[in-house]
Amino acid sequence: MRKHIAAGVAALSTAFAVTALAGCGAPASGDVGTTTLTVFAAASLKGSFEDLAEQFEAAHDGVDVQLSFAGSSDLVAQIQQGAPADVFASADTANMDKLTADDLVVEPQAFATNTLEIAVPPGNPAGVESLQDLASPDVKLVLCAPEVPCGAASAKVAEAASLDLRPVSEEQSVTDVLGKVIAGEADAGLVYVTDVASAGDAVEGVEFPESDSAVNTYPIAPVTDADEAELAEEFVDLVLSDEGQQTLTGFGFAAP
Amino acid sequence: MPVTAPRAETAVGLPRWAFAPAAVGGLFVLLPLVAMATRVDWSSYWSLITSESARAALLLSLQTSAASTVACLVLGVPMALVLARCRFPGIDLLRSLVMVPLVLPPVVGGIALLYTFGRRGLLGETLEVAGVQVAFSTTAVVLAQTFVALPFLVTSLEGALRTAGARYEAVAASLGARPTTVLRRVTLPLVWPGLLSGAVLSFARALGEFGATITFAGSLQGVTRTLPLEIYLQRETDPDAAVALSLLLVVVAVLVIAATRRDRGPL
Repeated sequence: MRKHIAAGVAALSTAFAVTALAGCGAPASGDVGTTTLTVFAAASLKGSFEDLAEQFEAAHDGVDVQLSFAGSSDLVAQIQQGAPADVFASADTANMDKLTADDLVVEPQAFATNTLEIAVPPGNPAGVESLQDLASPDVKLVLCAPEVPCGAASAKVAEAASLDLRPVSEEQSVTDVLGKVIAGEADAGLVYVTDVASAGDAVEGVEFPESDSAVNTYPIAPVTDADEAELAEEFVDLVLSDEGQQTLTGFGFAAP
Repeated sequence: MPVTAPRAETAVGLPRWAFAPAAVGGLFVLLPLVAMATRVDWSSYWSLITSESARAALLLSLQTSAASTVACLVLGVPMALVLARCRFPGIDLLRSLVMVPLVLPPVVGGIALLYTFGRRGLLGETLEVAGVQVAFSTTAVVLAQTFVALPFLVTSLEGALRTAGARYEAVAASLGARPTTVLRRVTLPLVWPGLLSGAVLSFARALGEFGATITFAGSLQGVTRTLPLEIYLQRETDPDAAVALSLLLVVVAVLVIAATRRDRGPL
């Protein structure tokens, strides 16, 4: 029964990965004889990993990189249930540690860091200039819930600045926070630097020095029972290479 | 091949082949619930469902679902009456449009509500001038629930009204009863079971509302975080609590439906 469920999950993830690729104009390769490398990556890595996958495919003839993006904890659950991932890239060390504890990944390595930034709607209607401004009762602030990684980081930053932040909503994910800011429902939200970068003109970013107190490290690792162990290693190497790091910097990530 | 010949005096039997798929269908609905129940950590069940956040979420869910059921009745009963009893061009189109929230993914409903009642929405600015702030308030939760639950009330009541027909109403009117009296003394008592089941369905749908709420209302304990949102959040860190709360939600829903079924007798 378990196996069937895992197979179902895997089939679904693959379907999503295919859709994600197709939607972004990556070369569709349904040729017989192609090898498929399946990469599970945290949702915040979407843009950068799509670029990296294209680079990898360009350098490896007949290799098709399938990407599956979701929240890190969801991906961990899928891998624990036997989903056929070759590489896993997590948005935080806590989720990677769960797989390390089960011997499901091989030697995770940090490949990027991300910090928080204040996102405000274009024009900054509430005039937010600093982290301290977020504590004002006139600012409708939206944060991630403390249960999810971005919320834990927000709490850490607030604590470091001795601020009592009173959000009007504690969202499930960083994309939900960003959505509320883009829609203009919220005056400000705490999201990652990379989210502000990928949102383009839809939001403005306000940097704050206290963000140093919550630096999020992204680890990557080949999965222990990977079908394509060699390719998995090579993909990890690409991410850690100068070329890979440059791509990540382009999306707002900092070096580990 | 019918088991019993279809004669007026004897009950019409079901074709034998119908039982197997019916049983599979029943299992398909029940098995996931049983599977979930087997995952419940019974030793800590009570403490999981009575935590502060769980109690706040359950209370908020019951309150908002009750409020949206009232809103559905206030708006939905007249809607059903118009749809069932009036004849004018475009009524078929109107009937289809009323059903739209039923087929719309709730997230889409949430986005639509956001652009209507949100701060920058169609009505949002007017509301803000009037001093009403819908964003991130319990009102937003009730709006989202009413939006998705309204079609359930309208459809069941409209169906009941059509089945009941307008004969008794015509008789009452011919005896001199005014429209309001006919509605109160004849129509509503006739369709009472349909109205009740519509209201129960609306309540149950409101209780389970998730997508529109999380998109439109946000998530804050005691204000907008209803039980389904709490379950989704707990799943991140405490899967045991999520399963415990899911079972609680199922129990509440079953109790609500069972209570009204008993009132109506077996169907």
